[in-house]
Amino acid sequence: MTARAKSRIPVTKTPKVYIGGAFVRSESARTFKISGADGAFFANIPQCTRKDLRNAVEAAAKAGPGWAKRSPYNRAQILYRLAEMIEARIDELIGSLVRFGARREDAARGMSVCVDRLIHYAGWADKYEQLLGSVNPVATRHFNFTVTEPMGVVGVIAPDSPPLLGLISMVAPVIASGNTVVALASEKFPYPSILLGEMLATSDLPGGVVNLLTGLRRELVPTFATHAHIRAIYASAGAEERRALRLGAAASVKRVRFADEAGAAWLEDTAQGLDAIRGFVEFKTTWHPIGS
Amino acid sequence: MPPSTTPRGRARAGLIFGDLWDFDPAPETADPKLKERYDLFIDGRFVRPRSGRYFDSINPANERKLADIALAGTADVDAAYAAAARAFRPWAATPGRERGKYLFRIARLLQDRAREFAVAETMDGGKPIRESRDFDVPMAAAHFFYHAGWADKLEYVAPGRAVAPLGVVGQVIPWNFPLLMLAWKLAPALAMGNCVVLKPAETTSITALKLAEILQDAGLPPGVANFVTGAGETGALVMGHPGAAKVAFTGSTEVGKAIMRQLAGTDRRMTMELGGKAANIVFDDAPIDQAVEGIVDGIFFNQGHVCCAGSRLLVHEPVADRVISKLKDRIRVLRVGDPLDKNTDLGAINSKAQLATIRRLVAAGVREGAVLFQPPCRLPERGFYFPPTLFTNVTQSHRIAREEIFGPVLAILTFRTVDEAIEKANNTPYGLSAGVWTDKGSRILRMSTELKAGVVWANTFNRFDPSSPFGGYKESGFGREGGRQGLLDYSRRA
Repeated sequence: MTARAKSRIPVTKTPKVYIGGAFVRSESARTFKISGADGAFFANIPQCTRKDLRNAVEAAAKAGPGWAKRSPYNRAQILYRLAEMIEARIDELIGSLVRFGARREDAARGMSVCVDRLIHYAGWADKYEQLLGSVNPVATRHFNFTVTEPMGVVGVIAPDSPPLLGLISMVAPVIASGNTVVALASEKFPYPSILLGEMLATSDLPGGVVNLLTGLRRELVPTFATHAHIRAIYASAGAEERRALRLGAAASVKRVRFADEAGAAWLEDTAQGLDAIRGFVEFKTTWHPIGS
Repeated sequence: MPPSTTPRGRARAGLIFGDLWDFDPAPETADPKLKERYDLFIDGRFVRPRSGRYFDSINPANERKLADIALAGTADVDAAYAAAARAFRPWAATPGRERGKYLFRIARLLQDRAREFAVAETMDGGKPIRESRDFDVPMAAAHFFYHAGWADKLEYVAPGRAVAPLGVVGQVIPWNFPLLMLAWKLAPALAMGNCVVLKPAETTSITALKLAEILQDAGLPPGVANFVTGAGETGALVMGHPGAAKVAFTGSTEVGKAIMRQLAGTDRRMTMELGGKAANIVFDDAPIDQAVEGIVDGIFFNQGHVCCAGSRLLVHEPVADRVISKLKDRIRVLRVGDPLDKNTDLGAINSKAQLATIRRLVAAGVREGAVLFQPPCRLPERGFYFPPTLFTNVTQSHRIAREEIFGPVLAILTFRTVDEAIEKANNTPYGLSAGVWTDKGSRILRMSTELKAGVVWANTFNRFDPSSPFGGYKESGFGREGGRQGLLDYSRRA
């Protein structure tokens, strides 16, 4: 028995990206190698293309109306369920961060913030409307109210680091209000996002609500910028990328918001809240006469 | 036997009013108190442009010159931004209750001079005096009054978050509601503690510069609000100035996109209020007479120079013939002509260029196979006028159903089911407003949920209020103006 265990070759996992509720390779069949902090080969990661991004947008667009129509209570429970899934596999996620160079205590702290942040936004799902919307006291005899609506498909470009906390902090407020997401995970540390995909798949989140791509920023950022069905961008980006995103956004009057957090700031409570939700809703005002 | 035609030679339309008799002229005669020359308003004073250059502002109703308007160049825009930057710290540090008092004063002083402003607005822009008197000017005053009251309550604007002003805000406004758009932009910016450099549209600068007189009378500290005048080049200077912490633009989607590109390399905040192609949807259970009034109000208000105009009528097939017939009757009695006449319904088109745009698109509508209807009407010989116009047999691919005409031209389409109405209404890159006419409450709520538009008017149209957020989805722009939501767009996290 012992001898067998020693000689056993482990079964390694093929990392696949999570698009439209399915685990797939890049349509291009391209991959890039990643190695652990020790320098040893770890796995091939899908190097997603513009076509993969367009497929993901299609999946997100299909999932959109259904997700937006879920009750806020239901969306809240699904976000909470995602937190449960992560908490249950937290050691594996911490391990995936440590393998690529994170200090264990930093990784552990980051992951607990991830779980807490998801619960934070789970709680927001059925509350933000009462704070962002309003009944407006117009001077004429009309009932006038403003409600929020999701924008639609939102492109999220996550920071390289912290790979998971950054990604989750940006995705959670966007889906809490009923948007669907196409996200580009950390280019440097993509593997944790592959694991996150597996948790999304078991969290009751309908397929297509969150689509996670791995790949190279320089290949994908231009398409995020110009794809007309992506209605808003939430990006952690450098100066040149910001310019490219804004320039592309102008073609279809896309909403662009940048995450200013960096490094340890992602751990803070200031990296979460109503503000991020407000960034990805539209305000709709309805008028109706009040009869005499 | 009654004659088969009216005295003006029109076919009898079964109408017993309007069509049969000429109205006596009823001109509004209040003095607009115009100056011969309007300088730039920078640092609390009227100053000549560095270039010494001026351009003409004309009355589109008769093409007569009203005044010389200063043409602002780079040095002038720099001076305006410098004045605003100097004014910013003390203004932002002024307690909200005191800042609010200035805005309250502005509202009151504007009300005092309401008729004078209404006449000036009508002469400069061509809109009927009835509208500038009853809508533009009182609504502008209301915007100052509403936002004045916010200035000392800013801690309530964003729950759980302290807010602070941004700095100097660059603002460019259009010619369709010159004074009102100025109020929409200036009042919330100032209430939040920002300073402003604003450029009115080149064809309608006068009421902004008259309002500058009010700012002086109100004792507003110099530099808090600066007005520079000129055409597109001046606008690009205002939008592109490195001293702006935020820009707010109302105008065409085309120019809005150009500004977004111009500012792509900066971290400038933006509010964009752009074009629209609103669907006004009439169901078979709608109160038809009210709906017809709403359709007329939706497309002929301000000669159709309205970004949220109901320029596409979607009418339910069972009532299409009835609605169209009533609509034709109704527009036969619309009075087109002298904007200063109190009985005028449609005034002058704002400019020669806009008239050419309307004519071009109407010609495209005819060419592409839509059926044109214009009531017989005598247009004044001088000035820029266009008769109220309906197009039937319109399909979704026609240019008149896709492009913003910004004139008194209605494209009529029909539908059979609720789903078809929603799909047609949303089949546009725009998303500013929409109208729904039905007696059924659940249908109103379904439509208002499904229509991708920032404002939905149900059994009404073209209603506005300072407390009601206004702004678009999709290519109609982003950010809101009005209400708590609009005010917040002029703030940052403290």
